[in-house]
Amino acid sequence: MATQASASAKETDWTKPAAMAIPKEGYFKLQNGRYGPVYPRSPACYGFTIIAKIKPGREEVIREYGKTIEKTIAGLPEALDVLKLHYLRWVMFDIGKDTYFMYQGIFDTDFDKYTEDAVSLFSKYGLNTVFENLEGFPEDWKTNAPAFVQFVREHQRPSFLEYGEYPYVSADEIKKALKLKAAFSSMLDLMQ
Amino acid sequence: MLELEDIQHFLISRPPARAARYEFLAFRRPGAGREWLKGILDKVGTAKALASGNPGTRWVTIGFTWNGLRALGVNQATLATFPEEFRQGMAARAEILGTTGANHPENWVGGLASEELHAIAILFARDVAERERCRQEHREYLLQCDGVKVLSSLDMEAIPPYTYAHEHFGYRDRLSQPVIEGMGEEPTPGSGPAIKPGEFFLGYPDENGPPAGLPQPEVLARNGSYVAYLRIEEHVGAFRDFLRQQGDTPEQQEWVAAKLMGRWRSGAPLVLSPNHDDPELGGDMQRTNDFNFGKMDPYGYGCPLGAHIRRMNPRDTAANMQRRKMIRRGGTYGPPLPEDKPDDGIERGIAAFVGCASLVRQFEFAMNVWANDPNFHELGNERDPFVGTQYGSFDMTIPKRPIRKKIVGLPAFTTIRGGAYFFLPGIKALRYLSALS
Repeated sequence: MATQASASAKETDWTKPAAMAIPKEGYFKLQNGRYGPVYPRSPACYGFTIIAKIKPGREEVIREYGKTIEKTIAGLPEALDVLKLHYLRWVMFDIGKDTYFMYQGIFDTDFDKYTEDAVSLFSKYGLNTVFENLEGFPEDWKTNAPAFVQFVREHQRPSFLEYGEYPYVSADEIKKALKLKAAFSSMLDLMQ
Repeated sequence: MLELEDIQHFLISRPPARAARYEFLAFRRPGAGREWLKGILDKVGTAKALASGNPGTRWVTIGFTWNGLRALGVNQATLATFPEEFRQGMAARAEILGTTGANHPENWVGGLASEELHAIAILFARDVAERERCRQEHREYLLQCDGVKVLSSLDMEAIPPYTYAHEHFGYRDRLSQPVIEGMGEEPTPGSGPAIKPGEFFLGYPDENGPPAGLPQPEVLARNGSYVAYLRIEEHVGAFRDFLRQQGDTPEQQEWVAAKLMGRWRSGAPLVLSPNHDDPELGGDMQRTNDFNFGKMDPYGYGCPLGAHIRRMNPRDTAANMQRRKMIRRGGTYGPPLPEDKPDDGIERGIAAFVGCASLVRQFEFAMNVWANDPNFHELGNERDPFVGTQYGSFDMTIPKRPIRKKIVGLPAFTTIRGGAYFFLPGIKALRYLSALS
């Protein structure tokens, strides 16, 4: 965990696009976090891809919930700040008669580190509405963090390849760069 | 309301002790632990007794490792209800805690990494004389307990000046402690709301709601707590040498010392007093915590982002803080190193306990993320300068106008010499354990 992070800190040449092929287990060397193996930071940052089967007939409930999240974020843009996210993608697709839900997140923190914060956010903003419509999701998830974590880990499908056009750059760095650009624009305006 | 008559005093209130002794025990015969426990049970201090008008002159606390509970005769089904991290024990969690290199359990002293570590008896005493009397009394008692062996022990003494609590580097200690809801105490300004008792004591509502997922049976879990023990050696000579290299004048050196901690050695917080020390502020409990980071010092010009107090208590710059609080206990061991003397090679440091209801959520999170995540606050290549595992390969950034100061290759000022996870049962639970067959 530590060596990985400090090593990657030194290889952050954002000008050089990078790809990383990842072993089947999802990591190169087993390193234990608080809740199990830690997945490495790739040129596309940290992330997960959770795929789970939806309980029959619940597709509309989940789809509807997308709108709720949209409103939540519009009213409270910093709601998910703690997760240090770049992007979230929620997808539904069919395999035969079953419908599956895919939840893909790209972020700057090792998920293992902030698991409890994520669980508490899910509870706070009602994201459980979605998860409770997935088969096998623990009913006592609110009080049983390990069971929640186990569900996530069991349904996580590690990438076998990840690519970054500007590798290893954090969302904070991007926001800082955009702020600097805006500040320079203002400065140039003032010098006219 | 907390059942103070059933809770060991240890995490509730601090007795007026100036000396202490920790004894680490192994039970080498079935039944030995239970016999020892039966004889010492009446001496265990309760929170209620300590709060009474006559708190006494010595205070005894008892805790068991998971192996210790097994050695006492707790059955497999019950043992399996304890959380995974406690069952594994601290040594097995080294990778998660970041205790690697010199801090790794294979280098620990006192048998603390051994599976034979079963129990701890913690004695707090009014003074050294009283501690010595109790130590002799326990020694004589142990002679009657066939099969109970002292693996190691550690004597603790406050270091002068005695007018305020501090550790060997000279930093004032015990400045922030969580206040437990329902105890009738008001948190000091800036300390955040009182914390629900279930964050520290099993069987009570916590910040998430009613208690859930506790070990069974209830009599064993109720009013118990987990504590993480850490024996942290402080390399005082190395620390002073480092400071001397960082500045030509005592003022410059003090400035660096303050930046590493986030407070001046007097305790005065840099957020409130960024340019000079203010000892009066440091010791004024109504003012010394009355600050935040996010609004008052977002860039760390006062308190650097990687300073010890900003990592160990990020205040308004982290989420879920009410679920990350811990109660700290313990003190200093080893003789103080006189200011004008080079390091004498004698081990000295802090032997501390961190009390909580969930080791994985509270203690391990603090070690894994706050102390040892090199990318905490996007710092990239830093760890906590005092409790992070350092190899001379991590840095320390001190924001400063116009250009920051960056200390490259911070040396290790501390070494973790041992540690363990203990369960501190309630009084009824101690009786239950002593009566097992």
